Amino acid sequence: MIINVDDAGDAPATDVNLREPVFRARGLTKIYHVGEVDVCALRGIDLELYAGEFVVLLGASGSGKSTLLNILGGLDCPTAGDVWFRDHDLVHATDADLTRYRRDHVGFVFQFYNLIPSLTARENVALITDIAEESMTPEAALGLVGLTARLDHFPAQLSGGEQQRVAIARAIAKQPDVLLCDEPTGALDVQTGITVLESLERVNEELGTTTAIITHNAVIARMANRIITLSDGRIVGEETNAVRSRASELVW
Amino acid sequence: MRALQRKMFRDLWILRGPSLAIGLVMASGVATFVMSLSTLSTLYHARLSYYERYRFANVFVNVKRAPETLKSRLAEIPGVMHVGTRITQFVNLDLPDMREPATGRLLSLPDHGEPAVNRLYLRSGRWPELERPDEVLISDGFATAHRLQSGDRVRAILNGRRQDLRIVGIALSPEFIYQIREGDIIPDDRRFGIFWMRRRSLEAAFQMTGAFNNAVLLLSPGTDELQTIREVDRLTDPYGGTGAYGRGEQSSHKFISNEMEELRGMALFVPTIFILVAAWMMQVVFSRLIGTQREQIATLKAFGYSSTEVGLHYLQFVIFLAWLGTGLGIGVGTWLGRGVATMYSRFFHFPEFDFHLDSRVVLASIVISTLSAGIAVIIPVRKAMHLPPAEAMRPELPPAFGSTWLESLAVLRRAPVELRMIVRQMIRQPIRLTLTCLGLSLAVAVLILGSFMLDGLNYVMESEFNVAQRQDMTLTFVEPSQGRVLSEVAHLPGVISAEPFRSVPVRLRSEHHSRRLGLMGLRTNGRLFRIANVHRQSQSVPETGLILSSQLARVLSVRPGETVTIEVLEGRRPVQSMRVAGLVEDFQGEAAYASIDAVHRLMQEGDAVSGAFLAADTRQTAELYRELKRTPRLIGASLKGSALIALRETIISSILLMRTFNIGFACIIACGVVYNSARITLAERTRELATMRVIGFTRGEIGRILLGELAILTLLAIPLGLGIGHVMADFVIRAAYDTELFRIPLVIARSTDALAALVTLLAAVCTGLIVSHRLARLDLVAVLKTRE
Repeated sequence: MIINVDDAGDAPATDVNLREPVFRARGLTKIYHVGEVDVCALRGIDLELYAGEFVVLLGASGSGKSTLLNILGGLDCPTAGDVWFRDHDLVHATDADLTRYRRDHVGFVFQFYNLIPSLTARENVALITDIAEESMTPEAALGLVGLTARLDHFPAQLSGGEQQRVAIARAIAKQPDVLLCDEPTGALDVQTGITVLESLERVNEELGTTTAIITHNAVIARMANRIITLSDGRIVGEETNAVRSRASELVW
Repeated sequence: MRALQRKMFRDLWILRGPSLAIGLVMASGVATFVMSLSTLSTLYHARLSYYERYRFANVFVNVKRAPETLKSRLAEIPGVMHVGTRITQFVNLDLPDMREPATGRLLSLPDHGEPAVNRLYLRSGRWPELERPDEVLISDGFATAHRLQSGDRVRAILNGRRQDLRIVGIALSPEFIYQIREGDIIPDDRRFGIFWMRRRSLEAAFQMTGAFNNAVLLLSPGTDELQTIREVDRLTDPYGGTGAYGRGEQSSHKFISNEMEELRGMALFVPTIFILVAAWMMQVVFSRLIGTQREQIATLKAFGYSSTEVGLHYLQFVIFLAWLGTGLGIGVGTWLGRGVATMYSRFFHFPEFDFHLDSRVVLASIVISTLSAGIAVIIPVRKAMHLPPAEAMRPELPPAFGSTWLESLAVLRRAPVELRMIVRQMIRQPIRLTLTCLGLSLAVAVLILGSFMLDGLNYVMESEFNVAQRQDMTLTFVEPSQGRVLSEVAHLPGVISAEPFRSVPVRLRSEHHSRRLGLMGLRTNGRLFRIANVHRQSQSVPETGLILSSQLARVLSVRPGETVTIEVLEGRRPVQSMRVAGLVEDFQGEAAYASIDAVHRLMQEGDAVSGAFLAADTRQTAELYRELKRTPRLIGASLKGSALIALRETIISSILLMRTFNIGFACIIACGVVYNSARITLAERTRELATMRVIGFTRGEIGRILLGELAILTLLAIPLGLGIGHVMADFVIRAAYDTELFRIPLVIARSTDALAALVTLLAAVCTGLIVSHRLARLDLVAVLKTRE
C-alpha cells in the first residue's frame, strides 16, 4: 500500500527524519555535452537518504535516475549543487578521495551485473574483499545470497539471476554503508528478479545497509520505505510506504 | 594470489594466441641481443685474459738484421717492461696431403725456457730441445687442418735447403688468435701455419747468429704507445727497421677487433627492429583489451580500485608478458651464442673459448624489454586510468563511419560491398594501418638484413676473382729477386703467362695523417692482376703517380692531383713525394698502387720483383705444384681456387647459419603481425561479421572481409619492406663493414629480395588461413545476443 507523503501525516516521516541523513543533496544539476547539444540530466535535485533506509528511485528511462545514482556513488560529479555523504563533500572531492569513498562506503549492483568474466564467483567477490578493510569472506557473502553451491563457477556458467546475486554478494562483501543498485532486475525474468530482490531485502534487514534501487518497475517500489519519483531530471513525487511488501509477495 | 592477479593470468590465457606472438617476437629480439652481446663479451674477455696471461706485446717491429745488443737499448725505452727478440722467416712447405705448396712462418723461441713476451700455450707435447735443431712446435690450426701430431714430420725449405721438421708439440699464441698470412683476407689453416723453433736452429739456418729480425715489446700500463713507437723506430732505423707498429695494426688483433665491431653493429640493429615490432604489437593488443574491458575497469573503479591500481594491473600484465618473452629470448640467445662460439672457435684460436652469458647483458635485456613494454602500452593504460567510471558503464560509441574521399573514386563506387567495407575500415584507422604495414615490412627488412651480406660477398668474390685478380696463382718470393726470375717462372710447367709485381712496405704521409701499408707495383698493361672498382670496371695503372683506394684517400685526406710523402720501410729507405694520379673505389680497405717502373724508380733499384702472377694450364697443375714445392726462394703460392674454398668454409658458412636464424625470426615477425592484426580485426568486428553471416553472406565472403585488409597491407608492405631493408643494409654496411681491412659493397641480389617477399607472403597467408578458421566457430546467436 502506498501512502502519499502529503496525505499520510507526519508520523512515518518524522520517524525517518529523526535519523541522521546519510546523503544530503542540494540543487543537484548535471548537464552532459553530447556533440553540440547540451543534455540536462538533472535539474536541481534536493534529496536526503537516511541510514538503513530502503529507497526506490522510480522513473522512466531518461529521467535522470542513473545519473543521480552515479553522483551519489562517487562515479560522476554534478555540474552544479552539493552532495554530502555524512561529512564527505562529494562535489569537491579529488579523484583519490572519491576512490577512497567508493572503496570504504559504497557497494554497487548494476543492471548487467558487470562481473569479470575471467574470474569465478568466489574470485569476483574476492576482488573486492582484497581491497576492503572490514569485509566478510567471499564465501560468507555468497552464502548470504544463497550461492554457496556455485562458488567456483565462472559467470558464463551461471544464470542471469545467479550472476546478479554474485554481483550483490560482491557489493555487500565489504559491508558497505550504502548499496546502490541500478535496475538490478532489469535483465531478469520475474521469478529470478524476485530472488534477487529477496537477497537485497535480506541484506538491508540483516546488515542494515542503506539501499537505493533505481528502477522503472513501479511494483518494486512496494518493498521500499520510501519512493522517490523522477521525471525529466526533477523529483516529481516522494512517497512513504506505511506497510512494506515482502519481495516474495511482488508480482509483475 | 589476489583476485586481480588471477584476472591477469586468466586474461593472459584468453589472449594466449596474441600473447604468444608478442612473446616470440620479443624473444627473438632478446635472443639476438643476448647472442651478439654475450658473444662480444665472451670474445672481449677471452682476448683480454689471453693477452694478459700470455703477455701479448704492445709494439711490434721488423728489422733487416739487428745485433742482439740492441735488445738492451730497446728495453731501456721508458715504459718498456719486456723485450723479446726473435728470428722469423717465411718458408715454403711441402706437405704430403697437399699437391700445392703451403707457407710456413718460422718463429724463434729463446734457447732456454719460454718467451717472455707472446708466451705460448702448449696444447700438447713438449718444448723443442736445444740439442735437436729439427724439433718444432706447430700452431694448433695448422695441426688440426692437416691432422698433424707430435712425432710427425713436415718438409720445409729453409734458406734453400730442404729440411724435415719434427713436430714435438702443438701450441697457441696470443699473436695468432686469428692465424692469417699477411696480405690475405681469409685465414686458411691448411695453407698457412706457424712453426716455433729454438733460436739456435734458426740462427744456424739463416746465418743470423747474434742477430734478430723481429722484436716484440710489452709496455707497462699507461705508457704512451706512439712515443714508444717513435723511440723504437729511431733505434731500429739503422738496422733496416720497417717501422714499429702497435696492436692496432697487428693483423690478428685487427681482425678480432673488426669482428667485434661487426657484432656490436648487429647487436644494436636487429634487436631494435624486433623490440619495436613487439612494442607495437603490445600497443595494439592492449588498446583492444582495454577497449573491451571498459566495463570491467568501470566496475573495479566503482568498487574502489584506484586509477593507479587499475593502471598497474594492465602494466603488470604487459610486463609479465615481456618477461616471458625475455626469459625465452635469454634461453634461446644463450643457445645460439654457444653455437656462434663453436663457430668462432673454428677460426679464432684461444686456449679455451667457452661462451659466457654476461649478466650485464641479461640485466640490460630485462630493462630494455620492460621499458619498451611499459612505453608501448602507456597510451592505452593511461586511457584505462583516466576512464571516468560513469562513462565506462556505457558501451563505446559505434565507430564513426562516413563517406571518404576515396569513395568519390568512380572505381570504388562500383566496387563490391566487401571491398568498400575493407577500404572504409582501413581509412578509419590510418595509424594502426600504417603500423601494421610497417610491422610486416620489418619482417621483409629482417630477411634482407640476414641475407644481403652473402650477396655482397658473392659480388666481391666475383669482381675480385673475375675482373681484378684473373691470375690462377700468385707466387711470392722470400726476397725481392732479379727480373730475370720471371722468365724462369714463365718456363715452369703449365705456365701460360707470368706478370711480375713489386710490393714494398711504405708509410704514406699527408700532413698529420699516415698509414703503413704495402705499395703494390704493377705492370701498366697488366692483364692478370688489374685494379678494378666496385662497378667491376678495370682501371689502368698510370706510368707515374699513385692510385689510392678511396678509403685510404679518406684516411689520408688527399684528393687526386695532391701529393703524398712515401717513406719506404726497407732497403735504402728512400723518402719521396708522389702525386696521387687517381682513386679507385674498391673492396680493399686501404690499398695503394703504382706502376712497377715507378716503384723501381722510387726504390732506386733495377728490375727487382717481389712475386709474380701466373696464368696456368690446369691440366699441368700437378707438375707445376711439384716444381713449386722444390723452389727454395718461394715463400708461398696462393691459389685462387683455394682462396675461394677457404672463404666459403669460414665466412660463408657462418653467414648461412645467421641467415637461417634470420629467416626463422622474420617468419616470427610476419606471423605475429598478421596473426595479431587478424585476431584484433576479428574481435572488433565479430558482431558485424556474424550479422553478415545471419543475413546470408557465406563464410568465404566474410573471410574475405576479415583478411582482405591484411592481404592489401601485405602487398603494400613488401615493396616498403624491400625499401627499408635496402636502407638498413646500407646503414649496416657503413656501420660495420666499411673497415680498414676490407669493404663489402651494398649489393642485394634479386633472389634475396624475392626470398624476403616470398617468405613474408607465405607466413602471412598461412597465418591468415589459421585465423580464418576461427570464423567457422563463430556462434552467430550468442554474438548477436551480446550487448554492445
